[in-house]
Amino acid sequence: MTYSEETVAELRELMGRYPEARSALLPMLHLLQSVDGRVTTEGIELCADLLGISAAEVSGVATFYTMYKKHPVGTHHVGVCTNTLCAVLGGDAIFERLCSHLDVGNDETTADGAITLERIECNAACDFAPVMTVNWEFFDQQTPASATELVDALRAGETVVSPRGATITSWREAERVLAGFEDGRVDEGPAAAGPSLAGLEIAHEQGWQA
Amino acid sequence: MTQLTPVLTRNWADDRAWTREAYEARGGYQALRKALDIAPDDLIDQVKDAGLRGRGGAGFPTGMKWSFIPQDNPKPKYLVVNADESEPGTCKDIPLMMASPHTLVEGVIISSLAIRAEQAFIYVRGEVLHVVRRLRAAVREAYEAGYLGDNVLGSGRRVDLVIHAGAGAYICGEETALLDSLEGRRGQPRLRPPFPAVEGLYACPTVINNVESIASVPSIIDEGVAWFTAMGTEKSKGYTIYSLSGHVRRPGQYEAPLGITLRELLDLGGGMREGSQLKFWTPGGSSTPILTAEHLDVPLDYEGVAAAGSMLGTKALQVFDQTTSVVRAVLRWTEFYKHESCGKCTPCREGTWWMTQILTRLDAGEGREGDIELLLDLCDNILGRSFCALGDGATSPITSAIQYFRSEFEAGLTTPSWELFPPDRSTLFGQEVMA
Repeated sequence: MTYSEETVAELRELMGRYPEARSALLPMLHLLQSVDGRVTTEGIELCADLLGISAAEVSGVATFYTMYKKHPVGTHHVGVCTNTLCAVLGGDAIFERLCSHLDVGNDETTADGAITLERIECNAACDFAPVMTVNWEFFDQQTPASATELVDALRAGETVVSPRGATITSWREAERVLAGFEDGRVDEGPAAAGPSLAGLEIAHEQGWQA
Repeated sequence: MTQLTPVLTRNWADDRAWTREAYEARGGYQALRKALDIAPDDLIDQVKDAGLRGRGGAGFPTGMKWSFIPQDNPKPKYLVVNADESEPGTCKDIPLMMASPHTLVEGVIISSLAIRAEQAFIYVRGEVLHVVRRLRAAVREAYEAGYLGDNVLGSGRRVDLVIHAGAGAYICGEETALLDSLEGRRGQPRLRPPFPAVEGLYACPTVINNVESIASVPSIIDEGVAWFTAMGTEKSKGYTIYSLSGHVRRPGQYEAPLGITLRELLDLGGGMREGSQLKFWTPGGSSTPILTAEHLDVPLDYEGVAAAGSMLGTKALQVFDQTTSVVRAVLRWTEFYKHESCGKCTPCREGTWWMTQILTRLDAGEGREGDIELLLDLCDNILGRSFCALGDGATSPITSAIQYFRSEFEAGLTTPSWELFPPDRSTLFGQEVMA
């Protein structure tokens, strides 16, 4: 495929943000995923051309990082943490339930193209375990029942809001933000919630301060 | 009874805490104004005198790291913040950047002034969309206010800051792998020397610090060295964020002086969940050897945890109760290290693969005679034999779990872990699994 002038201009803008243009390669691949729904051969060649490096070098980078996908990703990317703590507290059961509920395995997409399900590693929210993500927004303290409700709402196209983030849009739109373009949703959601405030609340109750 | 000391967490419950307006209403950016009147070397000395040590795991003195930057080197200097928080159990930097990104941004500006860097980066893991939003907006606001840019608050000093989202690789939390990743390459560790202070990003002098370390700097400049050193223990000064998770009644972030104990933290949070007894815990993430109930009174500072045979690490206290199979837990961590090994060094790449094979059969009750010795032998051949600490970290849960719970591994020769420890008893939703 050929890319729009706008996409090429945005890729160049990313390159201009760094002292050395190649530093923009990770953001560039995020941006191309938002355009193409995955990392494509054409996208790799475009990066290589713009950066003046070989397609093999770009490909080597694209295949190293788990967030870059060779296969098309569904409208929504759903992650279930199955690293030890989340797994033990219920992540394994949640993942199993979702596999059977959605009739997919790890890193597979539902027949309707709505959801790609993936086992993810620790996502730095262990005090909210078991943790799930939708398009890399947090969904905390999940159960098999809440997880199936969540994916059903996503499949039905209902409005879904992260309890510690913004309204869920799509995986592609999330990739665009990760690439480096703001989407105007920064003021959605709380500053902190639940466990994040545990110690602060106790300190307030006790009148403690540093 | 040790009292909690909210500093970094103190504004997290504020309305719209992530905005510049809210941060300034709490006195935010006053430290930056002070810092602009302090000579860079004196800023370094203040951080040295405060005894601030790296909060990302290794505990290296932050001020000393800054002083290693050769100021007579004509190349640009860089500050890179390691916000790739991915160590299993670790969950302090993400909520900090979500709630109060300006604390980090102010720390970045002051730290850059100290080491005389005109360009800084925050390398944040990609899997935290809303945190990336909050960071970018904070940087935009800081430019608008003149805190960042080519003339910081009219001082003639320049500090630029780029937010850089990673793409899913635990290894990029290793500082030299992070640098390769930030240069647009596969994230693989570099052989040292040269150390990053001499040849880091783009082969220029570079300081790499953890989020919490940098975020602690404004408070030291603002409140003073004496205030900071009044907290903590002799060699572990100040406050820090402890992250409590697992089978506890009140998981969460607890900011306290270094040296508080797990018993005190558990008491504050109401103890273990109902019917739970503490079985094992990590003091600082999965790469730190596990401890048990006999270590409840170990002071959680760098020396105290080391004396107990582990490491303070990231202060990620993952707590597991008697329902948890230690073999299952260790297998899952080992699978993680296997998945995240970058593949550069043979002992780590191959060793984590073989350890996973052995642990898988022990977990399934199909272990073979000699498997425990084989595991220990593999650990011995991985530890200290690779470029970075990922392989070392992979051996920690295995050797420590065998030390404290050898009989559970022996049981793996005959009985699956899920028969000895039915997984549904460990979940937070219990019987719902069966429905």
